[in-house]
Formats: sequence, structure tokens, C-alpha cells
Amino acid sequence: MEQLKTIGRELAMGSQGGFGQSKEFLDLVKSIGEARSKAEEDRIVLSEIETLKRRIVEPDIPRRKMKEYIIRLVYVEMLGHDASFGYIHAVKMTHNDNLLLKRTGYLAVTLFLNEDHDLIILIVNTIQKDLKSDNYLIVCAALNVVCKLINEETIPAVLPQVVELLGHSKEAVRKKAIMALHRFYQKSPSSVSHLVSNFRKRLCDNDPGVMGATLCPLFDLITIDVNSYKDLVVSFVSILKQIAERRLPKSYDYHQMPAPFIQIKLLKILALLGSGDKQASEHMYTVVGDIFRKCDSSSNIGNAVLYECISCVSAIYPNAKLLEAAADVIARFLKSDSHNLKYMGIDALGRLIKLSPEVAEQHQLAVIDCLEDPDDTLKRKTFELLYKMTKSSNVEVIVDRMIDYMININDNHYKTEIASRCVELAEQFAPSNHWFIQTMNRVFEHAGDLVKSKVAHNLMRLIAEGFGEEDDTADSQLRSSAVESYLRIIGEPKLPSLFLQVICWVLGEYGTADGKFSASYVTGKLCDVADAYSNDEIVKSYAVTALMKLFVFEIAAGRKVDILPECQSLIEELSASHSTDLQQRVYELQAIIGLDAHAVECILPSDASCEDIEIDKNLSFLNDYVQQSLEKGAQPYIPESERSGMLDISNFQAKISMKLQLMVLVPEPSYHREVQQAATVPSSSDTGSSEVKLRLDGVQKKWGRPTYSSSAASTSNSSSQNTVYEVTPVDGSSNVNSKAREASYDLKKTQVEISPEKQKLAASLFGGTSKSERRASSTGHKVPKGSSHVLKSTAGSTTDVLVEKTTPVQPPPDLLDLGEPTIKDGPSSVDPFKQLEELLDPTQLGSSANPGIVGSTSAPDIMQLYSDKPASGQSGGFMYPSSSNRSDDNLVSGLANATTDSAHNITAAAHPSQFSKGPNLKDSLEKDALVRQMGVTPSSQNPNLFKDLLG
Amino acid sequence: MIKAVMVINTQGKPRLAKFYDFLTVDKQQELIRSVFGVLCSRAENVSNFMEADSIFGPDSRLVYKHYATLYFVFVFDTCENELAVLDLIQETLDKCFRNVCELDIVFNYSKLHTILDEIVFGGQVLETSSAEIMKAVEEISKLEASSNSITLVPKTVSGWRNR
Repeated sequence: MEQLKTIGRELAMGSQGGFGQSKEFLDLVKSIGEARSKAEEDRIVLSEIETLKRRIVEPDIPRRKMKEYIIRLVYVEMLGHDASFGYIHAVKMTHNDNLLLKRTGYLAVTLFLNEDHDLIILIVNTIQKDLKSDNYLIVCAALNVVCKLINEETIPAVLPQVVELLGHSKEAVRKKAIMALHRFYQKSPSSVSHLVSNFRKRLCDNDPGVMGATLCPLFDLITIDVNSYKDLVVSFVSILKQIAERRLPKSYDYHQMPAPFIQIKLLKILALLGSGDKQASEHMYTVVGDIFRKCDSSSNIGNAVLYECISCVSAIYPNAKLLEAAADVIARFLKSDSHNLKYMGIDALGRLIKLSPEVAEQHQLAVIDCLEDPDDTLKRKTFELLYKMTKSSNVEVIVDRMIDYMININDNHYKTEIASRCVELAEQFAPSNHWFIQTMNRVFEHAGDLVKSKVAHNLMRLIAEGFGEEDDTADSQLRSSAVESYLRIIGEPKLPSLFLQVICWVLGEYGTADGKFSASYVTGKLCDVADAYSNDEIVKSYAVTALMKLFVFEIAAGRKVDILPECQSLIEELSASHSTDLQQRVYELQAIIGLDAHAVECILPSDASCEDIEIDKNLSFLNDYVQQSLEKGAQPYIPESERSGMLDISNFQAKISMKLQLMVLVPEPSYHREVQQAATVPSSSDTGSSEVKLRLDGVQKKWGRPTYSSSAASTSNSSSQNTVYEVTPVDGSSNVNSKAREASYDLKKTQVEISPEKQKLAASLFGGTSKSERRASSTGHKVPKGSSHVLKSTAGSTTDVLVEKTTPVQPPPDLLDLGEPTIKDGPSSVDPFKQLEELLDPTQLGSSANPGIVGSTSAPDIMQLYSDKPASGQSGGFMYPSSSNRSDDNLVSGLANATTDSAHNITAAAHPSQFSKGPNLKDSLEKDALVRQMGVTPSSQNPNLFKDLLG
Repeated sequence: MIKAVMVINTQGKPRLAKFYDFLTVDKQQELIRSVFGVLCSRAENVSNFMEADSIFGPDSRLVYKHYATLYFVFVFDTCENELAVLDLIQETLDKCFRNVCELDIVFNYSKLHTILDEIVFGGQVLETSSAEIMKAVEEISKLEASSNSITLVPKTVSGWRNR
């Protein structure tokens, strides 16, 4: 009790200035702390803002008072309220000569303003002056602001001073000057590119702190351009060695580790420099091995350094001994009780398995434990590891687990990611068609709204083309099983839109292909879908197009089309739809149904979604028609470039008509947008781009052409035009490594106490034959077919009959006139076909780039890879310039005085555990409870006590 | 690079927030709220690391320390080591206050900023020697004290308790 009184007195005194803040501020903090609701807090803060607004403009405010106002402003803004009225006062404060006020002003402006704020111009002058100040604390404060508030335009104003400060006598200033220069480099590399050599020079600084600071910019520079810094390898290694040997001043020790943060930075840099470079790596082996041995694994920071060693070892040219040491550390991490260490262990394992896949098998049970751990972070990390080690033997278990996990997570961002990973793995390793379809169904069912539309298009393409195996029966089996499962699923309520689109497309394309289901059954289901999801126009569009295809296939097969009554009513309903796209589709449908078998076969050939289409870009088939018209007295066509005074209206119309067509080409509006964006990416297959672009002309100018029959003409005419999309299929069966892993089985036998269930899981994940063929080819040759499919199914249908139907009023010559401008302006300049191709391309790249990463390549291969590389990578050779050697000497001599105590005994000091290091939790809680009693912090029990004391 | 440092109390009130890339006040509040939302849903005895892609964009990670009534949060990208950052938090507190509590932070707002500026400079970990940091902070404190008759950097709450 007496103690409490003392505290109360102390606090009361504090309120008069002991805390440096007035009673008002104390009251503010207190009342905000006690606020019961957000609204109450807001009210308090708003009234505080009013007070500040009034007070801050009063004349002759004492300095100390002004400082407090500014701090209060910062406080108010931290709570999320606008304090912009006070910015100018903070700026004014930076001009003050008093260090205290200046620092406060600088602190406030760094928190308030951004580098492009209008008020910055008022500070630049002050900064310039302060950078030249004799008082190093003022210089430091100014450098701090420079880091935060100088933008590309103002860099030149302060750059000379900052560079000068690199040679300042105080190490604190040098350090900050380096960081400021680094910041400039980040903001505008070009403005300081001539000064980059300064970082190298400062690496030789006598002060370890300054040297450590230079590692930050050097790390960035080396990340961008490794080869220019290879000469520093020896210096870095020697610095690291000196640190590891404890030759830095004692003050850099942290938890008995010598300068651990600098060690970490150096190891990161070495990892970059040694990657794929045998000669450079050889310099590192000794020192990294030393650190592995010396590192104290009882503290967080010791383990942080160990983890960094593993990262380094797995990045540089492999060394068997170091890999072994790394594996040992990983084992220790995974066996630890600490979740943090397990997390690091899993991450490290993910790095190491690239080099030695067998490491994973030693730790299979630990990995499974992590997978079942309640800690979400750990679980995700483990899934990442599994993703990296997926092969055809374990894909079923892994994807299954992933989906189970995916179903239960709420975080949409992560759900999307894991869903696309499932899809990727399933596409690459699927053991059977049936499994693949089932898996995709599950992914779409549970995350259909989250996966990217690209994934859906991929799936359609896969179903259309099969996995690239030679035999067609497998492909048709895949389709049948897809159709079968979709017909089963389609009745389920609330399916995601994207999934429905896939279903509709597949049913339209292959619903009746194997003859198992009748057209009327499938069309009935499609009509149900269109009915059930009447709000979703995209799904309805897909459904209508699917209906059209089914009818067409029926007609082509010579069967009579019987349209179900619900189908008829759907058609009627949609023909009056507000969506022009839907309307057009329905009109198309009606028009096509009326045609004879031969005609429909030309428009929509069955299972031809993957065929190439050739287009006559010269439109030679129109020549007769044009000639006729001219003879009848029609105006000859004048290209837009030769025309003057084009009417805006025609432009506009042209755009509309173009848009219509685009919508037909790419049914889904959002998809259309995506396509346009994709067009900015340079195409990888540029060979055909010019031709591809021109194909659009062909489409456009067919307007007003009398019959559909010319589609045949177009194909025959353009034989001169080669198909642009020809791609040689890649052979995927080259890399088969089917060696059974007996070792893992032996291991399992010895571990009796493990539950059989877990063992089974382990076996399915790690054991078994690790047959690891990636379906590199499965996506490889798909692009051509995929891109052309849209061509066929739409170009055929839209260009002829349907477009004609939608705009039947306009006379042909007009249409021709309008046709030309569209090619050149607005959306028309973007070529949909090319875009589509590009859209499909990334997936191909993505999947074909993968095989190296996943466990498919065997160890010898990697060795080979490395042995090839150094030869070319080091053409420059290793010359150790005198400057870098000197730098070492400098550092050594600079630190020589510190070496005396290098005989420090680690084991003697190893006792204090991690926990005793940090602030004592119990103490703090007690203290906090005490504070609460005094009524200052939230949920105070006894505010009265406080009130009494403060009056 | 370190993207942000936050101190939030267990009721979700920010006690200190420093973002190394400029963000508007509203955006900052939003981030603080979402970080707090994620943190309070974490069980005890789990790891102190989190992936923060959904809050701070790709490749963001978050390390936090739940301590008495406070969460200390560091947000950074792949260039930092999680365990090291975890220690960075502890080191910071260790050296500044004997047993840090919420009050210390509220009332030493500007001091905490000073300390943080010594350790993290422009988003990079600048100085890691705690002795150096303390030296710098002490020097600033002394100077501030001499320019002002009143002590501005008080002892911690436990400081007066132990008297």
C-alpha cells in the first residue's frame, strides 16, 4: 500500500513535467486508454484536435509547449485522425536552432509527410544547412530526414553534402551517410550510379558498424549484378572469418554471438556470389564450416546464423561436407520443440532438397508432424515444402491433403494460391484421367470463385487436347469421364461461376461425343443451369453456346433436332435479354438450327476446337462482289489514311461493331479485358504477329458477304499462308528415374512406436518408387491448338451468318466502309488472337520451367549442371586487385586491439537460457497490473485514485 | 528491407507505428487493423512468424512478439532473417527499458522513435550493437536534457518502483 502511494506521488510529480509531457497530454492518453468504444475514442480525439487547432496558432507559445503540441499531433495521427492542419507547424519547427525542437520537428515531418508532399520544398534548405552543421547529432537528424523525404528531384540538392559526410570523423554520421546514399540508389539508381564505388571504399572502414552498414547497399548491388563483385569474395570471406574468430570489439557481441547481424548479411552476400561458381565457393567452404561448428544453437540469434549458413550452403556450389553439416542442423531444428525453429527447419529443408533429395526422407515423420500442427504458419510452410517435393508417386496424397486444407481456410488470398498450386501439380503429375478430373472438380467446387479464369481455360484446353499422349482413346476416355462427372455435379446447388463455365463448355463440346448421353438429356441439363443461375450472364452465354454446339452436332450427324419445351422458352426469353451478347448468341443459335447438315458442319465441326484455321487476309473471295458493286455505281473504297474529315459517328459505330465481334470471340467480358492487358507483353512467337494482326481484317470485311459458303473459299484461297502456330512437340518421356527407394522402407521399420496411420502417410509421401517424369510435353504443344480453337468456333460462326443477322438493316457497302477504320483505332488495334496466344503462353513457360526445381532431376544431373557453368561464368578469372587486399589489412589492423580478448570461452557462458535474456515477462505483467491499478492504461480498475492524486 | 514496425496493445490500439514506405493515414490504420486481426486469432505457443502476403503484398513476412499487453510487430521482405528480426525486437526492448510495459511506450513516444531510428534506418537494419545504440541514444538524451531544464527522458516505471 505504501508502495502504491509512492508511485502515486511519483506519477503526480510526473504530471508536472517528470514525463516531459504536461498533465493535459497525460489526461489525453489516459482518457483514450479508458475509452470503452471506438466512438468514444474518436470523440476524445476530435476534441483534442479542436484544442490543438486553437492552441497551436496562438502567438508566443513557449518552446516546450510547442514541442508537446507537435508530439500530440503525431499521437493523434497515429490513432488514425487527420492532423494535416499542423504539418506546417512541424515544418516550422525544423527551422528552429534548438536541437530538441529541431529533432522533434524532423521526427514529425518524417511521420507526416511523404517525399512528394508540397511542404518538402520548405525543408530542403534547412536540411542542406543542417548537413553542414558542426553538431553531429544535427547532422544525423538531417540524414534521417534525407532518407525519408528526399525524392528523385531533390536528390541533387543534398547529394554533394551526403557524399562529403561519407568521410566524416564520427562513425555514426558515416554510417547514416552510407544508408542515405543507399536510399538514393533505391529511389533513383541513375542519379548516384557514379558514386557506387563509394560503397566498396567504405567496406574498408575502420569502424565495424560502418562496414556492416555498407553490406546493405552491397547486398542490393550484388543481387542485381553478381559478376562485377566477384572480386570482393575474398574480402567478404576474410571479414566473416574475423568476425567468427571474435576479433570485433566486445560491444558487437549479442547473446555470446559475435556480431550476428553482420554475419547474417555476409552469409547472404556469399550465397549470391557463390551461386553456380565453383571457384568462388571454394573460398567460402572453410569459413562456413567454421561457423557451423562454432555457432551456439541455444539462442535465437545463433540459430538465425545457422539457418543463414544452410541457405548459403544450398545456394553455392555444393560441398558434401557442408551439406552434411546443414542436414545435421536441419535435423536439430525439426526435432526442437520451438515452433520457430521447426519453421526454419522446414524452410531450410525446402532449400536443401534441391541438392540432396534424400534428406527429406530422413525427416519424413517430423514433416508430417508439422503438417498436422495447429500452427497455421508452420502448416503453410510445410505445404510449400511438399509442393517442392511433389512427384508422380506422391502427387495423389499431397494434392489430396492440400485440398482438404484449402477447404477449411478463410484467407482468400492464400486459398487462391493453394488452389492454383493444386491445379498445377494435378496437371503435371496426374496419374490418371479419372483422378485428374475428380481433383479439378474438387478444387473448382471449393475455390471456384477464387481461381483465376486462366486456370479454367487451361482445364478446357486440357480436356480438349488430352495430356498429349499419342493414343486417342485415352483422350476420349478423359473427355467421357469429364462429361460423366460434370453431368453428375451439375445439379448441385451454388456452384462457382467459373466451374459452371467449364462444365458448359465441356458438355457443349463433348456432351454427346461418346454417345452415352442423348442430346436432349444434356440440353435439358444445360437449360437447368441457365435457369438456376439466371443472374450470371457469362454462365448463360456459355450455356447457350453449348446448346448451339449440341444442336449442330445433332444436325451434322443427320439426326433430327428436337428442342425441349424448356429449351424453347429459354431461347425465347434470352432473345429479349438486356445483354446484347446473350441476344446475339440466341439469334445465332436460331439461325444455325435452320441450316442444313453440310452448312453447320462448316460452321461448327465437331471436336475441332483445337484445329487451326487459316484466313485469307486479302479477302480475294470478295473481289467479284466488289467488282459487281462498283459496276452498279457504288463508291470505291478509300482507305482511312487517304480520307479526310471522317465523321466521328462512323468511328463510333465502327468501335461498336468491333466490340460486338470481340464479345463473340471472347465470350466473357472480364476475360476480354485481361486479354487486352496481356497484349502489352511482347509476344514470344513474333514470327506471325503481323499476319495474325491482319487476320482480323479478314473477319471484319466478311460483313455483308452473302453466304456462309465462302468460309470454305477462304480456307482454300489462303494456302500460301502457313499456319503460324506450328510448334514442335517436346518429348517428355526422356527423364525417367525409376529407382525404388529401399532405404526409406528400412527406416520406417525401425520406428515402431509411430502410429501406423502416420507411417502410411509417410510412405505415400516419401517412399515408393520415385518415378519422376514431369509432363513437360503435356502443355508444350498445346498452345497452337488452344489459341486457334477460338478462331474456329467463333470465326466460323460469327463472321458469316450471325453478324449478318444482328445488323441486317445496314447495306453492305456501308459496312465495308466501316470495316476499315475499326482495324486502326480503338480496341481493334489489339489483336485478339495474338492476345489469346500470349495468354496461353505463360502457362506453358511456367510449367516447362518447373521440372528442374522439383525432385525430377537426379543429383548427378545437378553436378553436371554446375560443372558446366563455372567454365563460362568465370571467364573473367580471379584477379585480386590490390584494393581489396588492402581492405582486409585495414580491417585487421583496425581491429587488432580487439583481438586480445578473443580467447573468450563460449561454453562457460552458454548457460543463461534464451528466456532470461529478454525482458522478464512476469515482471512486466506485474508492472502492468500495477499500472492498471493506477488507472492509466485501458480498463483501469480504479481511476479515482488517479484523479485524487492529480486533483 | 523492413517495411514497418508496429507496437499494438492487446486491445488493438496502436502504440507506435512506423512505416518505411509512405502510406496514407487511412491505409496505415487499415494495415494496423488487419495485422491486429490476424494476431489475435493466433493461438499461444505457436511460431512468431507469419506470411503477410495478403496484407502487405507479395513476399511479405511478419514477425511478432506478444509481450505483456503489447504486440511488437516487424514487417519485412525476404531479404531478412526471421529469427534475427525476432531477436531484434527483443534487443530493442531489452536495452531501452528494463522491463518494458505499455506505459513506457506511451510516455516515451519520441524516445522510442529515436531508438528505432538508430536501429532501423531507411528500412535497413543499420546498427545492431546494442552498446552503440545505447550510446547514441544516451548522447541525444543528454543533449536534449541540457537544452531543456527539465528531464525529458525519464526512467521507466520500474525505475521508480525500485527506489
